[in-house]
Amino acid sequence: MTELLRGLPPLLASHLELVLLALAAAATISLPLAIVVARRPRAAFVVVTVAGVVQTVPGLALLALMVPVLAKTGWLSPFGFPPAVIALTLYAILPILRNAVTGLRGVDPAALEAARGMGMSPWQVMRIVQLPLAAPVIAAGIRTATVWTVGAATLATPVGQACLGNYIFTGLQIRNFTMLLVGVAAAAILAMTFDALLAATERALAGRSRRRALIPTAIFAALVVFVVGVLPALADQHGARARPSSVTATSRTAVTSVRIAGKTFTEQYILMEVLRARLESVGIAVDVAQSLGSTVIFDALVHADVDAYVDYSGTLWSNTMKRASGPPRWQVLAELEGWLAQAHHIHSLGPLGFENTYALAVRRDTAERLGLHTLVDLERVAPELALGGDYEFFGRAEWTAVKRTYGLRFARTTTFDPTLLYEAVARGEVDAISAFSSDGRIAANNLVVLADPGGALPPYDAMILLGPRVADDPRVACALGGLHIPVEQMREANAMVDRDQSSPAVAAAWLLARAAPIDESCKAR
Amino acid sequence: MIELVDVSKGYEAGWAVRHVSLTIKAGELVAVLGESGSGKTTLVKMVNRLIDPDEGEIRIDGRDVRTEDAVALRRTIGYVIQQVGLLPHLTVADNVAMVPRLLSWSREDIERRVAELLELVGLPAATYGDRYPDELSGGQRQRVGVARALAARPRVLLLDEPFGALDPITRVQLHSELRRIHHELALTTIMVTHDMVEALTLADRIAVMFRGELRQLASPHELMTAPADDYVAQLVAMARQQGEQLRAAAGVES
Repeated sequence: MTELLRGLPPLLASHLELVLLALAAAATISLPLAIVVARRPRAAFVVVTVAGVVQTVPGLALLALMVPVLAKTGWLSPFGFPPAVIALTLYAILPILRNAVTGLRGVDPAALEAARGMGMSPWQVMRIVQLPLAAPVIAAGIRTATVWTVGAATLATPVGQACLGNYIFTGLQIRNFTMLLVGVAAAAILAMTFDALLAATERALAGRSRRRALIPTAIFAALVVFVVGVLPALADQHGARARPSSVTATSRTAVTSVRIAGKTFTEQYILMEVLRARLESVGIAVDVAQSLGSTVIFDALVHADVDAYVDYSGTLWSNTMKRASGPPRWQVLAELEGWLAQAHHIHSLGPLGFENTYALAVRRDTAERLGLHTLVDLERVAPELALGGDYEFFGRAEWTAVKRTYGLRFARTTTFDPTLLYEAVARGEVDAISAFSSDGRIAANNLVVLADPGGALPPYDAMILLGPRVADDPRVACALGGLHIPVEQMREANAMVDRDQSSPAVAAAWLLARAAPIDESCKAR
Repeated sequence: MIELVDVSKGYEAGWAVRHVSLTIKAGELVAVLGESGSGKTTLVKMVNRLIDPDEGEIRIDGRDVRTEDAVALRRTIGYVIQQVGLLPHLTVADNVAMVPRLLSWSREDIERRVAELLELVGLPAATYGDRYPDELSGGQRQRVGVARALAARPRVLLLDEPFGALDPITRVQLHSELRRIHHELALTTIMVTHDMVEALTLADRIAVMFRGELRQLASPHELMTAPADDYVAQLVAMARQQGEQLRAAAGVES
């Protein structure tokens, strides 16, 4: 708990930075726009509708969408702060814009006519009459946007921006509910604080003494200064690691700090700790970007926003190279590694020694009773058996390929939530399930994975990838190169976290204790 | 002097004002009388260019209003509307000071003028200056509206049904005050009204509008004794009938 609270200030600081910048940008765009369209009902309708459509895109999707968009334009880093701020800005525009338009259009027509009749220019009518009278409504819009943005900013984690979402995403994945709650509570308290401050401002604006509005505004301004100026400095003193420059270093000087990353499932949190421990043991400073989305993480590597992470050959083969499944394992690996090196200057350290792929698993006693070792053995008994799958399995190419290759026809197929799947087969609800081959729950539930001699399931070899900044660094390659993790060990490590609630760092230490030690010469380089 | 020469204004629904010509002498108080939809408000709004006519010319002291900047023109013409339209976020004093401020008067001049005007409309600045519009009665608000319209010493005052929303007692009080102010400041005043009695008691001359056309322009006496057409005659008959009913109710022999 104290560890969690100590980690909070830097997350809180970058969360606030994100929120305040997005709100400032949204207000800068929305308010002039509202002023321009307020007198043109048709334009106002179009603008508010467009903002409304943006608003209907789910927050997570909008954030993820910014990554490829920014990667295409190439002006800004498609990773971390820029996509997060842009997406949150787009998100915050609607409430500010809509309230401003409503407020400006809702001003008493008699006041407007009197103002025009006494000789105010259109801009004077806006400044002296419309803006002050619409101020409480405009303030209410900013308040709504603020509360939304504080919440939506937690979704910036998967695009690589540190924020309170880090605790939420990680906590969910590794089932650390204390971590999850700290993240949620911090976001909620932040939202309520802003809400209360802005409500006070709004009340003061609606009342007649403008001077009273100065107090909450001043508190708000002080908070902004504190957050943007003071908090990061404090956070630095608490030992937060400085980010490595995201600019691709082309110089040949040895790398002294490396930014590693991981996706959003247990295995990735453990492997991140493995990489961190190995790099730190040779004296390289490590910075971590966790809980990244699957496509975001590869883009980040390409753009040198992260330097190393573990990916799976099949994912890159089909999702990034857009190739069809079918070629044998060695060919996938060879072509993939060649393509990564040539197209992106990404260096693969080769397969880690285990796969994390879709596989069919049965209970050990079922396997023994029916004499099941491979998917070939399944063909004759399948019509007697029930198969369970996660939400997507029965719609995926893997299932079609397995059915076709082995001529499988099950008595029935049932869809389960992934968290219930392993338990369902353990309790005998179904006889076989689609499993992830390195999942700890295979060992935990005493299941057996059936071999795939026909090669129907594409290979998903785990492999460490090094980005362009560190691809040629001998010390990094030396520290990470010698790793070999058999699938049984990976399963056990996953189970330590999923089943026993150990921390990913503990599971990583367990793995490293079984791995070959680092060559002493690495440290000397 | 205000001259309207063959002025017309049309909307999609038809003519709001059609071929109206009339001359208002300096210092005169003219009531524009008509029912709703008669074009009386449109007519007045064309004088300060809140509406521009499709045809015809409007001259103030010989100058075509279309040759002047609309915003600058409006600052030289007092304008009072039925809903008053005080700015609710400003004090009474700030409301009255608005046009002098737009004209960048000095602070002392503005302060002196505001005090003078609030005195003129019977709302001393010491008591009422710092109040907000929602702390005033309807009649007080319209007094502030009149003070605001007069702030920059206009020669011309336009009033669009200024007393329409007030109770009868307040209304009669304000009638006499308007007369007094009109004379004291030597204004040229046009007042829109739908109330025949109001027009008869207040105005030097009455312009009767009906369906966009000017039916008669005459003094109250002339109007009552020599209505120009059936419509005006009907108005006159109604006014007479009301007068007789009042006298009968009061027990006065006619």
